[in-house]
Amino acid sequence: MAKRVAIVGTGQTFHKSHRPDVNGQEIINEAVQRALADADLKIKDIDAIVIGNMDHFEGINYVDCWSVDGSGGVMKPVIKITTGGTTGASLAIGGNHMVGSGMFEKVLVIGWEKNSESDTTGAITTAFDPIWDRQVFAGAISGLAAEAQGYMARYGASDRDGARVSVRDRKHAMNNPHAQLRKEVTLEEVLASPMLADPIHLLDVCPRTDGACAVIMASEDVAEKICPKPDWIWKTAARHSYAYLGDADYGRLVSMERCAKEIFQKVGIKEPRKEIDVIEMYQPYSFAGLIWIEDMGIVGPGEAPGYIWDGNTDMGGELPVNPSGGVISCNPIGATGLIRCAEAAMQVMGKAEGRQVPDVNFAVSTGFGGCWWTDMLLHGKKKPN
Amino acid sequence: MADKDQLIIESGEAAQPFKYAVGMPGSKFFAETRDNKRLMGEKCPKCGRVYVPPRGICGKCYVKMDEWVEVGPLGVIGTFTILRFAFIDPETGHQKPVPYGYGFIKLDGADTLYQHYINIEDESKIKIGARVEPVWAENRKGTTRDIEYFRVID
Amino acid sequence: MDRAAIIGVGMTKIEANKSRETFADMAWEAVNKALDDAGMTIADIDNVVTTSSDFWDGRTISCMAVGDASGAADKNISCIEGDGTYGAFYGYMRALSGSYKTTLVTGHSKGSQGVSSLLTNAAFDPIYERGLGMDMISACAMQANAYMNKTGVTPEQAALVSVKNHGNALKNPVAQLPMKISVGDVMKSEMIADPLRKLDCSPISDGCCAVVIAHEAVAEKFKKRPIWVRGLAFRTDAFFFGDRDLARSNALAAAAQDAYKMAGITDPKKEIDLIELYDAFTYQELLWLEEMGFAEYGKATELLAQGQFDIDGALPVNASGGLMAGHPVIAAGLYRIAEIVLQLRGEAGAHQVKKAKTGLAHGVNGLCGQSHCVWILDQER
Repeated sequence: MAKRVAIVGTGQTFHKSHRPDVNGQEIINEAVQRALADADLKIKDIDAIVIGNMDHFEGINYVDCWSVDGSGGVMKPVIKITTGGTTGASLAIGGNHMVGSGMFEKVLVIGWEKNSESDTTGAITTAFDPIWDRQVFAGAISGLAAEAQGYMARYGASDRDGARVSVRDRKHAMNNPHAQLRKEVTLEEVLASPMLADPIHLLDVCPRTDGACAVIMASEDVAEKICPKPDWIWKTAARHSYAYLGDADYGRLVSMERCAKEIFQKVGIKEPRKEIDVIEMYQPYSFAGLIWIEDMGIVGPGEAPGYIWDGNTDMGGELPVNPSGGVISCNPIGATGLIRCAEAAMQVMGKAEGRQVPDVNFAVSTGFGGCWWTDMLLHGKKKPN
Repeated sequence: MADKDQLIIESGEAAQPFKYAVGMPGSKFFAETRDNKRLMGEKCPKCGRVYVPPRGICGKCYVKMDEWVEVGPLGVIGTFTILRFAFIDPETGHQKPVPYGYGFIKLDGADTLYQHYINIEDESKIKIGARVEPVWAENRKGTTRDIEYFRVID
Repeated sequence: MDRAAIIGVGMTKIEANKSRETFADMAWEAVNKALDDAGMTIADIDNVVTTSSDFWDGRTISCMAVGDASGAADKNISCIEGDGTYGAFYGYMRALSGSYKTTLVTGHSKGSQGVSSLLTNAAFDPIYERGLGMDMISACAMQANAYMNKTGVTPEQAALVSVKNHGNALKNPVAQLPMKISVGDVMKSEMIADPLRKLDCSPISDGCCAVVIAHEAVAEKFKKRPIWVRGLAFRTDAFFFGDRDLARSNALAAAAQDAYKMAGITDPKKEIDLIELYDAFTYQELLWLEEMGFAEYGKATELLAQGQFDIDGALPVNASGGLMAGHPVIAAGLYRIAEIVLQLRGEAGAHQVKKAKTGLAHGVNGLCGQSHCVWILDQER
């Protein structure tokens, strides 16, 4: 029989733009040690490891094999998942299935990136088709700007609406000691920052980051013995649908809509806006904070700006989004999706300290990447049926 | 943190040369742009969607496509941005000249968007829905650069 | 634990250079062959795992190239980077996770598009090792020397692996390099890195393999007799060669023991009928067989010389021709699984072995067998 799965510990580095003081193995180890300490486990207690990053950011082939001294994987089963920006969330889904299958009781999930070791825009550009896409594509920002243009043209949103999301996330980051960028900004400062690709300003987008995250998942057979208040993984979903950039619907994130529908339907969530208590979204730029909560079904098409201006997604609001400060404050890409998962788990476990949302029953974490791809996890306080 | 003066962090540069298969649908597409200044898409026999770039398979219906239809050459801007930040082009290793217009063109008769440059001499004309035409290169070699860029037509 | 079975397999022909085909073209062919084999349509598949490598494919997010062609347009999907046996392992776990019932697993690679020595050089530590110019062949040459020094096995003895496997490939229509050769031919071939000669090395190859793994609740609903997964395991050794005993493979010994334990196998020599393993170089077939318990350390060569590992021997090893006859990196281990499935069904054609109830498939990840994955497949549940 399949096993129910819970998160019993999480660990993160203090994310920085450059960590020349550590190599990849060492930065991984920082997160692993913190996760083990959080779960009160030793590395010998871990049955298997699933690790991921994006190869061309560090330029190391077979990273799972190279990094065993940092991950603790020597003579353990070690496997690698890589799906681009979604990697961190795909890792969390992978850990969930590894434990859920009954093959492994306790699995250590690791996502990491040292973005300082390469040219990030170059490495992202080479994600796309060498024949058709690479000539004009300019990394993540160009595609995201095209999405924002599509959304603004369709619903009449403005760059002020986007900036409001950036103000929110950067304020939230003040509560998170692990965030890389911790400086509050005003709406005017966002709009006055350099235009990178219309309509995206510098302060609308995520930084480049060095960092790692580790999460320990355990089977229902042991989770409650290890952890007084585990974070149960209720459902996961992933859609990696497009093969070419031009196949997407610019202004809507179809993969988010499909993942949300699948999960909410299976679990029986009818009013996500009321039933979900907190969202940690892989939101690499501000406008996604508008578009994608619509696709998730929190509000209707075109309604996000009003919902956000009313403070509903701020700390203390109806449905806080990104209490951690989100991806705009910190983006070690291969770790980023897993950080969302860890932050959501901490909210459910009551371990989020200065960024804790009260009484979290359900939390959602997401990953974004690839060619408009989404991965999603639903976390819950109660054990799933 | 350790004394930074004692850190040696240089591993040296690394590069990996590759040659990629264009595939048979792509080969036909580029032969047409090179020889006939024609843009071609592939039509799904099941859902009727017309794909550019052509790719042999309709992912949604999971069937093989072998019907070719001419698309464009005129179209509209599906969405766009103007790239203004300096970055290293991984295809050349050099800084890409900015600003440039980056567009997803909805070619007449196609259901997907085709990525290309948009001429931004007059930025006020660059809008979603604006009508565009391709400007063909004189010397066409069967690559995406057979079209120099798309430009807005009044 | 619930059980799962492999119910469909599809392989493209392995070739030196599929210059006409993109990754997507190869995936389409392999996936459709696997679906036809299983008597399924894509609608019967509820999740997909692709296996690829951003390095080998020369593309960040390499899985993007094959998602649509693998039928994943609106399905749950993920991607393993590493050998196809690991991708299949994840696919197996997904089929048992309670979330899904039928996993389609693919593995693809086009060695023809990159430069193998540079790609494998990038697997070495960037600070300590890369500058020395190491690549997979030079590293495995070191392992071959370590193994031969410790066991006394000679290059001539190892060369017989090449003779056997290239010969077996004559009977396998998907093999890239079927050849009737002699030990003398191997010993006369170009020295690549002492003691490895050209015919000791597997070729550079293009290919894609697909398998369908199904939960026991649905495994018997389709066309083909399910081939059951009785045991499987993977283990990873230390990274630096200086931290391992390079003349041995502790990770493989441990992975094999784990897989035997799960399968309830106490005497693998007696209970396993045939093996498909990851013979990237001739000496590896011997070392891997020994670490898995099929011969005493250093003694596999004797059994090889007796013909025990031949197609009609007591324990056929790489009846398909193995990697010697075609080595699409990443996909190679998945081809091993698919070959065992065909054998256990009795559908292997000219290279069918006589007794085939229980088979072992093996895959490798990393340099010199740092990580190994072992599968025990069986006709019976």
